Parts: sequence; C-alpha cells; structure tokens
Amino acid sequence: MVSFYSQFQLILPEIFLLTAVSAILVIDLFLPAAKRMATYWLTQGALLVTAVLVFLVTSTSAGSVVVFDGLVVIDELSGLLKILICILLSVGISYSRDYLAHRDIFKGEYFSLALFAALGMLVMVSANHLLTLYLGLELLSLSLYALVAFNRDSKDSSEAAIKYFVLGAIASGMLLYGMSMIYGSTGQLNIEQIVNAISAGNADMDLLRFGLVFVVVGVGFKLGAVPFHMWVPDVYQGAPTSVTLIIGSAPKLAAFAFVVRLLFETLGAATLQLDWSPMLAILAAASLILGNLVAIAQTNLKRMLAYSTISHMGFLVLGFMTGTQQGVSAALFYVVTYALMVVAGFGLMLLLSKRGFESDRLEDFRGLSRTHPWFAFLFLLIMFSMAGIPPMVGFWAKLFILQSIIEQGFVGLALLAVVFSLIGAFYYLRVIKLMYFDEPSASTVAEQRTGSLVMSVNGLLLLALGLAPSWLYSLCEEVIKSSVRLF
Amino acid sequence: MTYETVVFYVLAAIIVGSGLAVIFSRNAVHAALALVLSFFTASGIWLLLGAEFLAVSLILVYVGAVMVLFLFVVMMLDINIARMKEGYWNYLLPGLVVAGILLAEMILVLGGRHFGSDGAITFGLNIGESNTRSLGRLLYTQYIYAFEIAAVILLVAIVAAIGLTMRKRKDNKYVDPSVQFLAKKEDRVRLVSMPPEPKKARGDV
Repeated sequence: MVSFYSQFQLILPEIFLLTAVSAILVIDLFLPAAKRMATYWLTQGALLVTAVLVFLVTSTSAGSVVVFDGLVVIDELSGLLKILICILLSVGISYSRDYLAHRDIFKGEYFSLALFAALGMLVMVSANHLLTLYLGLELLSLSLYALVAFNRDSKDSSEAAIKYFVLGAIASGMLLYGMSMIYGSTGQLNIEQIVNAISAGNADMDLLRFGLVFVVVGVGFKLGAVPFHMWVPDVYQGAPTSVTLIIGSAPKLAAFAFVVRLLFETLGAATLQLDWSPMLAILAAASLILGNLVAIAQTNLKRMLAYSTISHMGFLVLGFMTGTQQGVSAALFYVVTYALMVVAGFGLMLLLSKRGFESDRLEDFRGLSRTHPWFAFLFLLIMFSMAGIPPMVGFWAKLFILQSIIEQGFVGLALLAVVFSLIGAFYYLRVIKLMYFDEPSASTVAEQRTGSLVMSVNGLLLLALGLAPSWLYSLCEEVIKSSVRLF
Repeated sequence: MTYETVVFYVLAAIIVGSGLAVIFSRNAVHAALALVLSFFTASGIWLLLGAEFLAVSLILVYVGAVMVLFLFVVMMLDINIARMKEGYWNYLLPGLVVAGILLAEMILVLGGRHFGSDGAITFGLNIGESNTRSLGRLLYTQYIYAFEIAAVILLVAIVAAIGLTMRKRKDNKYVDPSVQFLAKKEDRVRLVSMPPEPKKARGDV
C-alpha cells in the first residue's frame, strides 16, 4: 500500500505538466509578439521534463502500483507510452514551427492546447477506473477539437472541426452509454472491482454484453475503424497539417492504452472475450478493405494518408482481436512504429510547405528528387515503411501481427490482410514514382528548404528499427507481460 | 400503489410529453421552453429518489444557466424554421423504422427486469447523512483526482473558447488606455509658427 503522500510522487509528471501549462498560459500573455518563440521553447521544455519525470517515476516504482483509491495505475505500459507520447508530441511541434508562423497561428493558445492534449493522454494511459479513462479521453478530444478549428480563416478547418466535434461527441456518448451499462451490471467503476464482480458471478451478463457492444462502437469511432471512419478523411484533410500530425500520432498510443484497459483488463474476464473478438474481426476486415481501396483514388496526400490510417487501424485491431499476449505485444509494436511513420510523413509535408502553399497534393511531389534529393529519400523511406516493404520497420510490424493471428488459426483474415496490403502498396509506390521518375512540374517545391536534423533522425530511425527490430519487440513483449493482466 | 409511485408516474408522463413537444414543436422558443419543463420534472424524479443535491443543481445549472443562454441564442439568431423542417416528413419514416428496430432489439435483449429499483446502488453514500454532504466528501477524498481532471477540462474549454473567438479586428475603435493616458500634449498638438497674413484692405476683393 502506498502512503498518502507518496502517491503524489507517482503522479508527479502529470502534476508538473499541469503546472507548466498553466504557467505557460500566463507567461504567454505578457510576451510581446516578437518574443513568442519563448512560448515554443517553454513548451518543448515542459514536454521533455515530463518525459524525464515519467522515466524516473516508472523506473523507481516496482511493478503495477494503484493509487488514488484505484483511479490511477502506474505500470511499465503507462511509463513507456507516456514517454513516447511526450517525445512524439515534442518532435511534431518542432516540425510545425515555421508552418504555424506562416499561417499566423503561432500563438500561445496553440501550444497550451497541445500540452493539455498531452495531459489528457497521460491521464488516459494510466487510468484504472472508467471515470479516469473517460475524463482523460474528453480532455484529449476537447483540446483536439479546438486545435482543428484553430485556423479561423480557413473554411475547411472549421468544417473539419464541426464534423470532428459532432462525431466525437456521438462516440463519447456511445462510450458513456456502454460504461453506464457496465456499471449497472456490476455496480463498480474500478477496473479490478469490475473484474472481481464478474468472476464472482455477481454481474448481469446480458447487460454487460449489451454494454460491451456500445464500448466497441465507441472505441471503433475513436480509432477510426470502418464503419465508424467517416470523420477521418475530412478531419485529416481539413485540419492544419501540424494538427493532423498531432491527431495521427500520439493519440493513437493513448487509444491503444484505452483499448487494452477497457477490453482486455476489464472486459476480458469470463468468456466476454469470445464476444468482442468477432466484432473486432469485422471492424478489422472492413477497415483493411475500404482503407486500402479508397486511398487509391485520392489526389490529396493528407486524404490519402487518412485512408491509409484507416487500413493501418485495421491491422492494429487484428492484433487486438487475437486476445493473446503475443497479439497485444504485436499491436503495441505496430502502434509505436506507426506513430513514428506518421510523425515523419506529416512532418515532411510541414517542412516542404510555405506561406500560402500547403504541399499536400500528390502533384506537389512530382520530381521532388531533383529539387530536394534528401527529403525525397526520407519520404521514400517513410512510404516504404508504411507499405510494409522490408527492410523498413513497417514490414516487421505487419509481420508480427500476421504471425500472432495465424497462430490463433485465423488464416483467412491473415490472407485478406496480406492481399489488401499488396493493393495498398500501389498508392504508396505511386508517390515514390512521382518523386523519382517524373519531371518536376510547376507546382513542385523548387526553392531550398532548411533540412531538419530531427527529420533526418526520424526518417533514418524507420530504417534502423527495420534492420534491428528485435530489441523494440522484446521491449514491447516485456512491457505487456508485466503490465497487462490477461485472462 | 403508494403515493410515491403515483407521483413518479405523473412526473414520468410529463417528461415524455414535454420531450415529444421539444421534437415536434414548430417554434424553437416553444421547444426550448418544453425542454425546461422536462428538466424540472426530471429534477422532481431525482427528489423522489432522495438525490436532493442533484435535483437542485439540475435546476440551477440547466434551467438557470444553460437554458437561459440557449433561449437568448434562439432569439438572437433568426432561424428559418420552415427551411430547417424541410425534408422532415421524408426522414420521419426511415427514422421511425430504425428507431423501432432499435427499441425492439433493446427490449428483446434486456427487457424490464434490469431497470427495477430493487438493485438500487447506494455504494459509498452514507444514507444517514445529507446527500450534499456525502457527495462533497466523496468528491474531495476518493475522487479528488478525477475531480481535478474535470476542472482541467473546464480550463481547456475556457482557453479554447477564447482562443477561437477572440481576434483583432481591423475596424474596431479600441484604444489602449495606457497609451491614451501617457499621451502628452506634444504628441497630439503641433504648434506651427507662421508669418502673419498681411492684412488686406477692405473692399479689395
């Protein structure tokens, strides 16, 4: 049992981040416009210090520790995901510096909202209670809605924000409805106590299964899996690219934790897993088919990557569907490497953009290898990785998922995943063909951009991880083994 | 039938009726007022259950603040009801079919047995003391973490609302008071020394 005061030590990263956001919010008010850069550096500092604090807290606490009357859990999974979330957000913000300045949205509120989103993710990741799960999700979502609408002068952004807000609210409603059913059935909100009630036979199983359906629908909405994917393309395209980057990367890690806590740790008990596993299989298959097919028809890169996200979420859900430790470890590996790819992909688009030019159409990448050989090479690595071509890390991510589902005997689903990945490879390779085998057109980015060191590291990391994937995979396996209670 | 049951059914009937009125009324103001009525009756039901704090806060927050604001918005925006209702009858039939199927499924799966008051949950609430007091104690002890997160969500709402709506307009006449205050006579008035105009003789036009 943790003493009253030492439980505050365990949530020190969250406390620090909240204090830092509040401070940045106030400091920014007193900064003249010319010194706004200070806000940017403070934001980066806050994220990095939070990451370090998470590392210190997680490495000193032993195993899973539950604090605050069961509201919060500190374990290795939460530690790993929190550190990655902070780093990914920090990298993403570093790419968007010039982009924001060129669109006159380099404002203090942008950074505070991004940090609030980070706080929401941290809360979600170490939630041990349906209440904290939901509150963290809402904190994240509300910040993201505001960020999508942040560019007030853009009609597309406002449209995207409204769609995101309305559909997100419906998803939250579904989720809450499902959670209320779980509460009605077991009389508990704490994850361990729900499991205890179920295994003691005190739960009304019909009601619980009914709630489970709503929970799966809500999770499907938040992940963007077919048939709950309608918001993804419009939001990805309409939002400012820097915000699309944020939506596409770190929140996927938080969503992973959300699914693990809700479906595996809570509703994995008794035979409930047999109920949600087929539902997830349908979501996964539909996402793989629709995402890969529709992406082919896109001419806008952001929209194309949105459909590619849908298909990647299909792969992720395949890993969840198995319900085994191997499957969840593969899913964790998948989501971590996928977030890295997304950050690199959208980051490159941010670096290539300029005032009044988004560089988000396929057309803009025609002949990029002549004008920006290094950026074109990095983008080649990213596209190869997303398509799952060896030796990039995306290949291993897909392979581990396929291994885990074949071991459970889902050969048909594995075949479907492979076939649609092959079809999907077409639209990734088309971008590479445009960059390397076509002549630069009038809209290709011509003038030189300052190359970013972070960008190069990010792109080459995809290759390096692909050459040596085993340490990351064994890390994922170990984290899942120590933190996730499977039934 | 006890007295409470009668009151419950009366209140429930009013809620359903006013809920239908919200959907079917042609005038947005009437719809909002019907919603107020349904909030009032809902808080009546909560009082019946002994949740007096929730009942009072429902009236204070929803009726007192949210709905008044809502009415203001409805009155200020000139909403064209006729255009909003366009296609209403076209959507009604598919909507009713879908809702009917959903309702039938829910009744088939769940039935009425899950919604009785036998298994009412009084977890964590000390029945002997006042409702407000027990809620307050739970919120500030067991649920303090969640309570703080809820506060952060409100802060985000404030930041987002201000960040999205406040913008410098070119045509506003706002003057910074400190600039106004620090202005000196020399900044505004320029004294020019000019040679006096030669006086012209009268009639010399």
